[in-house]
Amino acid sequence: MSASNNEKTSFLGSLMRPTAKYALGTLIAFGFIAGILFWGGFNWSMEMTNNEEFCISCHEMENNVYQEYRNTVHYSNRTGVRATCPDCHVPDPWIHKVKRKIQASNELLHHFLGTIGTREKYEAKRLHLAKNVWRVMKETDSRECRNCHSFEYMDFVEQEKRSYTSHQKAIDEKMTCIDCHKGIAHELPAGIVNVDGVPNMGNTNLGN
Amino acid sequence: MNTWMKATAAMIAVMLVAVMGPSTVMAQDGVTSLRGYNALDEGNMAPDIQRPDTGKRFTKNYRQQPPLIPHRIEKYQIDVKANQCLGCHDWPQNVEFNAPKVSETHYVSPTGERLNRVSASRWFCNQCHVPQVQAQALVPNTFTSSNDMR
Repeated sequence: MSASNNEKTSFLGSLMRPTAKYALGTLIAFGFIAGILFWGGFNWSMEMTNNEEFCISCHEMENNVYQEYRNTVHYSNRTGVRATCPDCHVPDPWIHKVKRKIQASNELLHHFLGTIGTREKYEAKRLHLAKNVWRVMKETDSRECRNCHSFEYMDFVEQEKRSYTSHQKAIDEKMTCIDCHKGIAHELPAGIVNVDGVPNMGNTNLGN
Repeated sequence: MNTWMKATAAMIAVMLVAVMGPSTVMAQDGVTSLRGYNALDEGNMAPDIQRPDTGKRFTKNYRQQPPLIPHRIEKYQIDVKANQCLGCHDWPQNVEFNAPKVSETHYVSPTGERLNRVSASRWFCNQCHVPQVQAQALVPNTFTSSNDMR
């Protein structure tokens, strides 16, 4: 409740009183349009942080992971169909996307702390950061990979023998993409080529 | 004309022939190289990029030849940190993936010490192993494989 003595003119008071001038329908219509504008603006602003150009505006990203990504099939390939930073690292469903965006404040914090500000610091933390990403991908059954790739629609006739053999095994044993395809977009850290007997086929270019 | 003028004229004529002669007699408006003769006003297209022949395994030409690679290997990471070839070809996973095991010679260090991992001197596979492609010899030659000579 407003602390003002003159309730008739205080702002908070007026918020709680019915309006004398405007019709209910008018207020609802304006509110609806304002809501659309707000919601659209919110999502539009969020999407501005959701592209490759924004991600590499931080030097830690541009000098390290982006340079590694440039040598891979997701950067440049026969068909020109690409996957950029958000395609793999930011979930597509809205609720998961917003959660990830809120978690990104941690990344902002470490940017200002300079945690991986130099090449040496980045290499020191490479394994730790990679394991974080792999763990999340494993938990979501490689959701971001499955934005584009799908076992069900893979054409085994087009694949090399070792590819379809491995993919069939992955389907049978309910494996997920990231189990084998670590290093697909950024260089493998030392000691990760083989984890539990699973080869990491990472940086391959086995598309036609 | 007196004798001197005749001699000078003859000298100039000889020099002109000497300068222009070679270019007119052996007129060559091009370059000869391993790719053959190429006229200067024509483009010389390089042969198409070959895709590896992933069909049958090519036969080796001599016992010690590093086997050829019958599959695509583009952009496989082989560096100080990781060697993706070994992801399938090292023991024990080579059994599971039906991939030829890295030869035992690769586990010997340059000083003869036996190691439990691939030696650093054999780490970079592509220094010796190449993918198989249908590439023609650049120069005709009479090379015979050691198998043919047995």
